[in-house]
Amino acid sequence: MRKFDTKVQHLKYKVLREVARHAWNDRLTENILDIPKQIVPGNEPTMRCCVYKERAILDERVKLAMGGDKTNPNIIEVISIACDECPVGGYEVTDACRGCLAHRCEDVCKRGAISFDRNHVAVIDKSKCVECGACAKVCPYTAIVNRTRPCQNACKVKAISMDEKKAAEIDNNKCIQCGACVYQCPFGAITDKSFILDVIRLLKNSDENKVYALVAPSISSQFTYAKLGQVITGMKALGFHTVIEAALGADMVALSEAKELSEKGFLTSSCCPAFVQYIKSAFPQLTPYISHNLSPMATLAKYIKDTTPNAKVVFVGPCTAKKAEAQLAHVKEYVDAVLTFEELQALFDSRDLELSGLEEGVLDNASYFGRIFARSGGLSDAAAQAMKELGIDFTIKPVVCDGIEACRMALLKKSKNALDGNFIEGMACIGGCIGGAGCLTHGEKNKAEVDKYGREALEKTIGDAVSVLNYEV
Amino acid sequence: MVKITVCIGSSCHIKGSRQVVEQLQDLIAKHNVGDRVELSGTFCMGKCQQGVCVTVDDTFYSVSPDTAEAFFKEAVLAKV
Repeated sequence: MRKFDTKVQHLKYKVLREVARHAWNDRLTENILDIPKQIVPGNEPTMRCCVYKERAILDERVKLAMGGDKTNPNIIEVISIACDECPVGGYEVTDACRGCLAHRCEDVCKRGAISFDRNHVAVIDKSKCVECGACAKVCPYTAIVNRTRPCQNACKVKAISMDEKKAAEIDNNKCIQCGACVYQCPFGAITDKSFILDVIRLLKNSDENKVYALVAPSISSQFTYAKLGQVITGMKALGFHTVIEAALGADMVALSEAKELSEKGFLTSSCCPAFVQYIKSAFPQLTPYISHNLSPMATLAKYIKDTTPNAKVVFVGPCTAKKAEAQLAHVKEYVDAVLTFEELQALFDSRDLELSGLEEGVLDNASYFGRIFARSGGLSDAAAQAMKELGIDFTIKPVVCDGIEACRMALLKKSKNALDGNFIEGMACIGGCIGGAGCLTHGEKNKAEVDKYGREALEKTIGDAVSVLNYEV
Repeated sequence: MVKITVCIGSSCHIKGSRQVVEQLQDLIAKHNVGDRVELSGTFCMGKCQQGVCVTVDDTFYSVSPDTAEAFFKEAVLAKV
């Protein structure tokens, strides 16, 4: 079995793989109705109440693997029938409450929401409770638990609510398409649309229009069962003309970001599309501070399209929000499709490519600094280095934020003119891109893997890495 | 106009395409032919074994940092 963090990812992967397998053979239309039964062949349910519900949900997953609901502009979609309608009670006292004397819960509650019944057991008055969680923190028996839905808990922009049938519903005006809910929903009821069929179509036509893959530097923490060079060879076997590090685009961005910052005096980063969208929807007054640079993906894709007629560009990374970025009016002419690492794994297996048996190719375009964009703090380090290399006399004072809560704190301070810093590096995912929802695995060592990969780069400075491009800063 | 294209894909990069590009830039300046020679890069020419891959107009050359100067004199200067 492939390495995934959860069985939900594995199920999603199986659907993508089968859809892709039939698409390669031009037999998707004939076989589309058989995919659910192929994945759930037996009569005994293993995931839901019956095999028919399991297959009905798989039908929905097949639709999403084929691009999902075209009338819904959001990359992230809820599969309503897969939503288990988890409890939504908020903070509740469980029977672990021993009816103690200390009553720390009562003392800490600023709203006076806690009283005690005849057995001295705590009771929360829901009309007074504001769900702050202070009582749960102080209870020595951890008898108070928070029953919120994992999707709502994961969604720090509060875009998820319940519809009238108690299934999750996404507010498209608030959603930043970061994919946190996709990764957290234990039932796999929220998922990202796939463009895997568009990629297969491009690859099948690669004799006429070469397909360039731009791969995000977070790949260094992925596909751990094979060597990175084998992943590159595998991608070429799929039909990509070549594989280029998106980190080279990051090197280009580091230079132009440093220049823009020194000219304007204050900037928020524009590499993470979910962070950019968050500023626009939650702090619109700060929009003028967003860096005008295209993201590393779009910057390098633009370079390829400008220099190579008829080239097609596919970005491969850890990110669901990149799928949305690629549809923006000022980006879509450069990026033809976006794949996640999950989807790349499905593509490999749809062609029965065993990576660990392949020869090792090479991937070396970017500098150390471009590569470390994959983890929180990397962009700020690179911008400081770029200042040095460009000889700009400006002291960057970065505020490094990973996760939307940290981003919100920094943006809130900036909106009140109370921020100690001149550059907000914002990444919607915890840890930066290595925490992205489209990663196969998430682990403690991923940051160290990125740094190690960074140090292995042939080019040690940003200037050396971009020197081959004739790139004007 | 003579068009030189140097492969800057990964395989050629580790064989020294940056050094080749830098030498060609210097040579173009030194011989004062910047108005007649266009230098550009491309990602992968599909002949990775023969890198650093270079084309002059449509003719293919296999160049290395050690042979860049000789290549320039023979394949470029002779043409301008």
